[in-house]
Amino acid sequence: MSRRGEMAARVANEIGAPIVAVAAALVVGAILVALLGRDPLAVYGRLAQAIFGSSYGFGQVLFKATTLIGTGLAVAVAFRAGLFNIGAEGQMYLGGLAGASFALLLSPELPGVVAAPLVLLASAVAGALWAAIPALLRAWLGVHEVINTIMLNFVAFALAGWILVEHLALFETVHTAEIPVSARLARLEQFLPALRGAPLNLTLFLQLLLCVACYLALWRTRWGYEVRATGNSEAAARSAGIPVRRRIVQAMALSGALAGVAAANFVQGYKYYFEEGFTSAAGFKGIAVALLARNHPAGIVPAALFFGALDRGGFVINALVPKELVDILQALVILFVIALARTAQQRLLRRRMARGVEA
Amino acid sequence: MSAFALELEDISKRFPGVVANDRVHLQVRAGSVHALVGENGAGKTTLMRIAYGMTRADHGVVRIQGVELGVGGTHRAIDLGLGMVHQHFMLVPTLSVCENVALGSEPRHGPWFDRDAARRNVVETAERFGLQLDPDTRVEDLSVGEQQRVEIVKVLVRGARVLILDEPTAVLTPQEVDELFAILRRLVDEGHTVLMISHRLQEVLAFAELITVMRDGRVVGDVVAAEADAEKLAAWIVGREVPTLQRRSRRAASRVEAEVELRCENLCTSGAREALHDLSFSVRRGEIVGIAGVEGNGQQALANVLLGLETPTSGRLLLRDEEVTTRSTAERRRRGMAYVPADRLREGLIEAMRIDENAILGRQHEPELNRGPWLRSSRITERALQLLRRFEVRPAVPELPAAALSGGNQQRLIVGRELERDPSFLLLAQPTRGVDVGGIQFLHECVVAARDAGRAILLISADLNEILILADRVLVIFEGRVVGEVTADAADPAQLGLWMTGSAEAAG
Repeated sequence: MSRRGEMAARVANEIGAPIVAVAAALVVGAILVALLGRDPLAVYGRLAQAIFGSSYGFGQVLFKATTLIGTGLAVAVAFRAGLFNIGAEGQMYLGGLAGASFALLLSPELPGVVAAPLVLLASAVAGALWAAIPALLRAWLGVHEVINTIMLNFVAFALAGWILVEHLALFETVHTAEIPVSARLARLEQFLPALRGAPLNLTLFLQLLLCVACYLALWRTRWGYEVRATGNSEAAARSAGIPVRRRIVQAMALSGALAGVAAANFVQGYKYYFEEGFTSAAGFKGIAVALLARNHPAGIVPAALFFGALDRGGFVINALVPKELVDILQALVILFVIALARTAQQRLLRRRMARGVEA
Repeated sequence: MSAFALELEDISKRFPGVVANDRVHLQVRAGSVHALVGENGAGKTTLMRIAYGMTRADHGVVRIQGVELGVGGTHRAIDLGLGMVHQHFMLVPTLSVCENVALGSEPRHGPWFDRDAARRNVVETAERFGLQLDPDTRVEDLSVGEQQRVEIVKVLVRGARVLILDEPTAVLTPQEVDELFAILRRLVDEGHTVLMISHRLQEVLAFAELITVMRDGRVVGDVVAAEADAEKLAAWIVGREVPTLQRRSRRAASRVEAEVELRCENLCTSGAREALHDLSFSVRRGEIVGIAGVEGNGQQALANVLLGLETPTSGRLLLRDEEVTTRSTAERRRRGMAYVPADRLREGLIEAMRIDENAILGRQHEPELNRGPWLRSSRITERALQLLRRFEVRPAVPELPAAALSGGNQQRLIVGRELERDPSFLLLAQPTRGVDVGGIQFLHECVVAARDAGRAILLISADLNEILILADRVLVIFEGRVVGEVTADAADPAQLGLWMTGSAEAAG
């Protein structure tokens, strides 16, 4: 067995399953559309047109995908440490609140190259701290993080809501004042007129950079090696002398920081304020993105694009079929991904085992 | 009625990329004890699964007591009178003996579970075959040997006339082995047939009538046990001459007064079942100390305490005269501790990660592998390749996940990794469990070479034979206490067995 052949088989498996899942979901979706008495091709055609038909539309897709890259990456990083972070939603929410509040405290005279990164940092710290709570509970008391991250979402909503209403909201609104110009991230339409109207902004590049950074951190550093070892087998990591608890807390804090930074797309790049419910469940959709991406940073971008496109498409196809079709498609993709991942993995493993016996 | 209790005719089974069974013929005479031996991966387990209807053969016929098994699966095999006692018991720890026996074929009284009938079944069967078993004890309170008896009763209650036992003696004490063989003898006298898979050639030679040797998916031949010896059998199994496992040279006399590397003083741990009580011993450089004992008598707790995974409630642990009782695992490893855990899949390696990543597990700090925060992946792969070659791990492909290696090869990887650290103290727990004859030979050589190079080695093993082969000094552990100590040369297996079961007073 050639080593290159083995790598190729692995990569094919990692990429193949999500593609098949998407295709299968589209097929089932087409059947549903047909059952509704509509022409599936027309609906999908409209969907494609909404996504690729104009640079404005594509800009919208990229904008939605930007947030999902952030939350998807957050979930994936935690997953590599063996943690299921369902709290990205709350971490993102508090990240947005912290970013906006901090920005409002900054002197407007501060230059943008200083102010904008500081605001990002504030969002990251807030998300990290919020994620550290369930991580500490998990690492030291063995309390399962799934329960805690879910519950802390509600606490985050309530906490942020109270702070907003009591201290920050403008009169008769549910959002804060606008943050100073220096804290904002530039719109891409300034450089690419074709994107006019689309709120796509510099956060896109930030998120792409973070994907690369996370890949390097997890697969090229000793820290990342220890995190992945912990995620795959705490017992083995522990007997190898890896400080398992510390790695759990650190990885979860990183996950929370990424979720917090995901808020920047809206707060620093789009509306320039924190608003109640601004996340539009992006934190939860991040779980789906991470699943489709097989928790690999390289898969996060295409997966986020796919879900971003469906988000965008929902508005457009509403004229033909209920826009809930898009939700159904998203759910189907997840189901297929999970089912296929298991069978594909088992098939691959069996083949390897067989070779192991042979050799 | 056929003269053969079990006939496998021309059985072939391929898995993608490998032939597990290649035109295998096996006939087990009714009323006999038949043994099946062979290396890991020789195809024994696949063959037994086919006989039991768990796996379907690509080709060939299975006949149980003269009746073709066909495609009916396990249920049909049971109906035809075949029973399987698995190596890993399939029991529910919180249920009683009779509930476990009834599980899956509960006697009913109308819609209700007929507990009395279930109880009666157990008592009658146990009595008939001379098995001592209390039907109302919970399985978790039973010893390993007793749990095995529950498994045997389970298949007997279901009417089995042909019993397949997979590695039945692997976890038993010498006394329990004797008891097991007495039970099986009784079963055979009553007209049952026993087919057992085993790695322990001495037992096979002593107990079976006919031995079938498998290698690479084929039957190499049948041997009449009375006419065979262990050496020849071992050679057959691996397909080449191997010296049988024999006592290793002892450490040189000049080393007798070598420095103490590891010292335990009055170690105690909490925990109901597997606690340590006032455990003290020391290991010198260039010495192998064996810890003999039935599993579950504190071995795991001892390993955890030595490695720093569990903090003792009292007592001290010294490494080269420096106290490390509360030091972290990482710190202990830095100071020269290495560990081959009993449960290799859980603690020894990470199956989902690549072989080269596993080859540096616990060694990822070594300066040679790092540049600042970055790991040097080319060096890691290089290092892994050397390790794979030196310890003959196959396939030697660093990019594969560790799950692709067979158990024996995984163990070579782990032992190799830990030995290459140049440890001053090496803790080996069940180092050769589930490893085939050739692999055991190789691993034993490695361990002795490490001893001769001056390493202090603590060997925890449930296999008394292994301890007698390797150790210079033997400690027997029972219920978390050291109940006996002898030099290996003076060790008498019968005496050790008594200590292991707690039936003899502690002696020097």
